[in-house]
Amino acid sequence: MTGTTTTTTTTATTAATATFGAVGAAHTRVEGVAKVTGAARYAGEVPYPELAHGWLVLSTVARGRIRAVESAPVLAMPGVVAVLHHENAPRLNGDYTNAFGVPDPIAQIFQHDRVPFVGWPVALVVAETPEQAREAAEALVVEYDEEPHDVVFAAGLPGVYAPESAPAAQKGDLEVELAASAVVVDAEYSTPEEHHNPMEPHAAIARWDGGRLEVVDSNQGSRFVADELAKLFSLDPQSVRVRSEHVGGGFGSKGTRPHSVAAAMAATVLQRPVRVVLTRRQMFSLVGYRSPTAQRVRLGADADGRLRAFDHRAECLTSTVYEFVERAAEFGRAMYDSDAHYSQTRVVPLDVPTPSWMRAPGEAPGSFALESALDELAEKCGLDPIALRARNEPAVGPVSGLPFSGRNLLACFEEGASRFGWADRDPRPGVRREGRWLLGTGTAASTFPVLSAPSTAAVTAEPDGTFTVRITASDIGTGARTALTLIAADALEVAPERIRMRIADSDFGFAMIAGGSMGTRSWAWAIRVAADELRERLALGGGIPPEGITARSDTSQAVGALEQKERHSFGAQFAEVAVDVTSGEVRVRRMLGIFAAGRIVNPLTARGQFVGGMVWGLSMALHEEAHRDRASGGHVGADLAGYHFSAHADVPDIEADWVDDPDPGDPVGIKGIGEIGVVGAAAAIANAVWHATGVRHRNLPIRPDRVLLAGAGGDRDA
Amino acid sequence: MREFDYERAHDVTGAVALLGADPDARYLGGGTNLVDLMKSGVERPARLVDVRELPLDRVEFTRNDGLRIGATVTNSDLAAHPDVRRHYPALTQAVLAGASGQLRNMATVGGNLLQRTRCGYFTDLAKPCNKRVPGSGCPAVEGEHHNHAILGASAHCVATHPSDMAVALTAFDAVISYETADGPGKLPLAEFYLPVGDTPHLETALPPGALITGVTLPAAPVAARSRYRKVRERASYAFAIGSIAAALDVHDGVVREVRLAFGAVASRPWRARAAERALTGGPASAEAFAAAADAELEAARTLPHNGYKVPLMRNLVVAMLTELTEEAAR
Repeated sequence: MTGTTTTTTTTATTAATATFGAVGAAHTRVEGVAKVTGAARYAGEVPYPELAHGWLVLSTVARGRIRAVESAPVLAMPGVVAVLHHENAPRLNGDYTNAFGVPDPIAQIFQHDRVPFVGWPVALVVAETPEQAREAAEALVVEYDEEPHDVVFAAGLPGVYAPESAPAAQKGDLEVELAASAVVVDAEYSTPEEHHNPMEPHAAIARWDGGRLEVVDSNQGSRFVADELAKLFSLDPQSVRVRSEHVGGGFGSKGTRPHSVAAAMAATVLQRPVRVVLTRRQMFSLVGYRSPTAQRVRLGADADGRLRAFDHRAECLTSTVYEFVERAAEFGRAMYDSDAHYSQTRVVPLDVPTPSWMRAPGEAPGSFALESALDELAEKCGLDPIALRARNEPAVGPVSGLPFSGRNLLACFEEGASRFGWADRDPRPGVRREGRWLLGTGTAASTFPVLSAPSTAAVTAEPDGTFTVRITASDIGTGARTALTLIAADALEVAPERIRMRIADSDFGFAMIAGGSMGTRSWAWAIRVAADELRERLALGGGIPPEGITARSDTSQAVGALEQKERHSFGAQFAEVAVDVTSGEVRVRRMLGIFAAGRIVNPLTARGQFVGGMVWGLSMALHEEAHRDRASGGHVGADLAGYHFSAHADVPDIEADWVDDPDPGDPVGIKGIGEIGVVGAAAAIANAVWHATGVRHRNLPIRPDRVLLAGAGGDRDA
Repeated sequence: MREFDYERAHDVTGAVALLGADPDARYLGGGTNLVDLMKSGVERPARLVDVRELPLDRVEFTRNDGLRIGATVTNSDLAAHPDVRRHYPALTQAVLAGASGQLRNMATVGGNLLQRTRCGYFTDLAKPCNKRVPGSGCPAVEGEHHNHAILGASAHCVATHPSDMAVALTAFDAVISYETADGPGKLPLAEFYLPVGDTPHLETALPPGALITGVTLPAAPVAARSRYRKVRERASYAFAIGSIAAALDVHDGVVREVRLAFGAVASRPWRARAAERALTGGPASAEAFAAAADAELEAARTLPHNGYKVPLMRNLVVAMLTELTEEAAR
């Protein structure tokens, strides 16, 4: 391995600036007691007098028009208050943009009679109790004029196109370099439709109070949702307030979704509080998912492994009503040097729900293909897979030519290899046996972009010596509330116990959502700026008035002025597997992830993010796959019994740690850690399965039937 | 969810009387399957008769008569019973391979036998299913069927029976006892589940209104040398894609007695009698085990995505019988 600039590995990281010492030390969640005692209330649990309950009715056909919604019999059922559908629902404004551009029309419920997929919202039944609402919703007869549908994804479908939103990246002459390469890997990979199903389903309560629409919602950005609700209902932004104090998981699925729009709509029509909670099955069509991908990777290299040609092409699907691109082909753009580069993701519209951001969108499936292909190239070149990556380490962005803000990939590999015992590895596949199990190890690289978004914060010095921070941050289970408390404590040079962290209230002003691994970095920046200013004002002396002294910040200018650089987190993933080729069972025995992901604010919850991401990758490698039924166009087994993810028994000893890697472009040195743990994990496992069996598994998940039918021995493809 | 009445029975006669001839009433055991089906609307009983408090919670063993298991014995208690562990280890292993600790604490032996298939079409009201709505069709045949039946299925239904416990019971010649308003009755497990044919909605031979009161396993010394192995798509908390209960008595390299039953391959736990016949009196060798598996699987009819179950079951037969042979040699 080549030498690297970074050195020590430790669970503590050096401070970006002199601090009080809270950042970098393990701290339990500040809301932990409230959560484990049940005192923490989630959106579906907040009681209101006069609360009515809405239940969504979803389409059962994949394409067509609603001919009739036979609401009269349902309105006569016990407790039923209203049935809203396209013929009687208030008109919504669909002509707007949100922070991410034109929105997915899934939020514009009941506006027309067209049905674009199975699971499209066609009605809301509101009743006095949730049981009555559900019974009536299930009894509601909706008649359709059905049209032929097409839901089957594959590579090279007729309607596939290159989207403007995800342009290709190109450098050099690919075909010339491929022809000149001594070694070529040309392989196709696929990943299935995958779903993010947070433990807490999407839920919202909406009510009008004093001329304002008050919504308690489970989302990843309450200001984002408030702004979008205001636009949808043509309301003054100041007249909508959304709060999301506790959120039981998001993973990209919790934006403005039909549950909150339906609750707001019903509360407006009925002028009483209305709660809408999605069922697990409804989540499979209403909250987004990861598109399946079909990918082809071509790598051309000199005999010593130096890349001449890099070609990564991916295809994904979207719905017929909105373009969402799972940018799998973009994963490698900052990873490896090569003389020629081409990468492009294409998309095909089908009669299916619109996919969306799901933890590490693009990077998760893209890293499976590319990091598997790298392993195949290492094998063909007779090189160690880590040495191959070191040989192709770029000095600047391979496509952009921009300098890196920091690049500690090789430090991760070095530390990981040492801890995992990689040096003792026999590279030959299929030669280790323990009873009925064949054993193997594998590795893969990971990376994730580092971005910041403008945010605002207010920090108040209270007369009693405490401080109150107000910021529209979201803690979707990540530990963000605690991390921000530590950051505020250090910035104010006080103990964390003196910080009152108030988050997830749209009235606190605009801030980044919990997304893109950007939340904590973006929010911390705003808190840091406001806290610094407050500290300076307090240093002038004088008393604190009863209303306190408040400093506010807005990081728009500072974030906008960030120098253009290649900013990324990096990581090295290692896995050991046992494979029984007579039954097809694959068991992961251990995983190790070493990450260079900026300054680690709270090692306790950070480890949870990394390990959780790695479990996500394990699940992707071996278990997760939604089954879509060609005939009906809908899912089969759309629940947590039918959609398998790793159970506890599948999750072995997983270790995650990090190298010192503070980001010089951030006032606190943060990069973001929510997604990188996923990236590369599935490839490390697939590479280990090859090492165990000698068979390349290029289609996820690596199911027992695939392993069984592929067998073992030789060097074969599955 | 449809509103329903709930009554708790305190004795067997009372339970049978409470249910009566009401086709809209169901016995409620642990509720681990029935309540799920009620939530999803697959089952819509107007009345539940809770039988969990009935005095049928004993497990009794005698060397001459074998094992008698009360119908309300929980799966956890059955698996942990010392006589079951010693004399029918495959039964303990099968029960422990199913569900989770919490579910096993609730689930009863009677309910386990009567649980319904987990076929994704059966559990989804929006889809056709001949088992749920006779005559509506079986979309699994052309659709998602990678974990569906390869033995004994028909064009009308390719669903599998989900129980692990019942696979072990099948290997051990279980007999089901039940009570009706007209008195008690018995059914060998081999006749308990009906062939699929064109009536997949008719699942058992129990008379209408019958209440399962217990399961008897005849004394079988071979059962003490038995094992259960389950292959599934994750390490725990999933239904089998193939499972096997096996018991073997080998003497001087010759198979004196063998029991084999398969799970997740048919609409019922599948007793592999053709394989047993092929093995009995012959050599205990890997070749003979494979040949016996082939004899049983000759009847397999596969669909495009479940053909892997044939080599899977073949491999499981060879692996399990080899392990039992080696164990006997020690």
